[in-house]
Amino acid sequence: MSWEPERLQAVVEAALFAAGEPLSLARLQRLFEEDEAPNRGELEAALGALESDYAGRGVRLVATGGGYQFQTDPATNPWIHRLFQSRPPRFSRAVLETLAIVAYRQPVTRSEIEDIRGVGLSSGVLRTLTDRHWVHVVGRKDVPGRPSLYATTPYFLSYFGLDSLEELPPLKEIQEGDMDALVEQLGVEQLGVEQPAQGEVDGEEAPGGEEPGAPEADAGEDG
Amino acid sequence: MPPQQPTAGEAADAEAVARVDGEPLVQLPDDLYIPPEALEVFLESFEGPLDLLLYLIRRHRLDITVISIQSVARQYMQYVELMRQTRLDLAGEYLVMAATLAELKSRTLLPRPAAEGDDEEEADPRAELIRRLQEYERFKQAAEAIDRLPRAERDFFVAGAPMDAEATTPQAEASLLDMLEAFRGVLQRSRLHEEHHVSAQGLTVRRRMSDVLEHLQAGTAYRFTELVDPAEGREGVVVTFVALLELAKGHMVELVQVEPLHPLYVRVP
Repeated sequence: MSWEPERLQAVVEAALFAAGEPLSLARLQRLFEEDEAPNRGELEAALGALESDYAGRGVRLVATGGGYQFQTDPATNPWIHRLFQSRPPRFSRAVLETLAIVAYRQPVTRSEIEDIRGVGLSSGVLRTLTDRHWVHVVGRKDVPGRPSLYATTPYFLSYFGLDSLEELPPLKEIQEGDMDALVEQLGVEQLGVEQPAQGEVDGEEAPGGEEPGAPEADAGEDG
Repeated sequence: MPPQQPTAGEAADAEAVARVDGEPLVQLPDDLYIPPEALEVFLESFEGPLDLLLYLIRRHRLDITVISIQSVARQYMQYVELMRQTRLDLAGEYLVMAATLAELKSRTLLPRPAAEGDDEEEADPRAELIRRLQEYERFKQAAEAIDRLPRAERDFFVAGAPMDAEATTPQAEASLLDMLEAFRGVLQRSRLHEEHHVSAQGLTVRRRMSDVLEHLQAGTAYRFTELVDPAEGREGVVVTFVALLELAKGHMVELVQVEPLHPLYVRVP
């Protein structure tokens, strides 16, 4: 059956407001019985119509976290903030750096995070991330001890206003120039030293601290 | 779009060095003497040895164009020494880095062997340290970039219109009869449950033999089935049966069957 546009818009609008989290097209479709389900085109048209309906209002329809969500217009922030007693949460560098490593390197284990940061991770950091539902355990790595593998959640994306992981700010490339400058600053003569490090730059996917021979690799595990 | 905060990184660093007795301390003194309280605040602002080392390197980039490993290593060691006095729990990873730096330093001081043949390079800790510093710096910057992303609870809020829970939760429609019916069901199930919990102790064959004998009156024949209480479950039935066999074996009872497939009778002779 085909839907009368206004009625479909009302259902979609109500569902998005009631859900409180982004709803994907597929999830919106599953709200309907099979024989009455609108097709993707109809849903997209309804979403488009809602988006223009809400243009210029205090609430707007946003594509985020792989779905659609109504959010307040940031222009209203100064007043909306007064609704809440507490100030917006701030996060420590440990939390943000750990989040960044999980976001760019997922799935990742605790000790891989510690290797990159060069310091042991206090248990509170990962708990903050999982309590906030930004990060969750997606499995266990098939190495001795079977450590948990952490990855980001769709909620992480929507919290940070991202529609997908591709929208993360690009991770800075390691540039030849930087390398030279660092080599210079460390007082290291430029010999064959760059060769092994160069390999790392190309091997973008390889998690940073996995080399078993890395002198600090064990320091984090104890901490 | 991220809010305009081009100097957030520097601002954070300046903040980190922040306050001694309420006085903002924006720039660290050039010489290394720092009051111990300030040092503690200063060190707490670092996320580990890589972070501290990056800070030392980056700081000197502004002042001196080329800094020697000796200078960076020396400063690092002094921080670590101070740290050992104040925050022992942090020192572990810092000490590992100190050892790495000491090794680097000794290598730069020693004349390089002219050996071209052996592949010493691949184990060169200098390359490894540089790689780790760069890797850490990437994520440090990525963390700052993520922090600048517009985010919920700070830069926007999720709009929701919760459903009226009372209107959507179906009300219970149970009559007293339904309740009684349910209660009866529970009772029945509990009886079934009980039957599976006859304790082994109460079911010794000897004990059951006495019970049966006590129950039987001389001269009367009892149907086997009336001596057995199904409520005792399988175990009870089995124990009674074994007890009867024992009694028969000891000639204390007789088991009588008129003809094949007829009911079994028990009597005391």
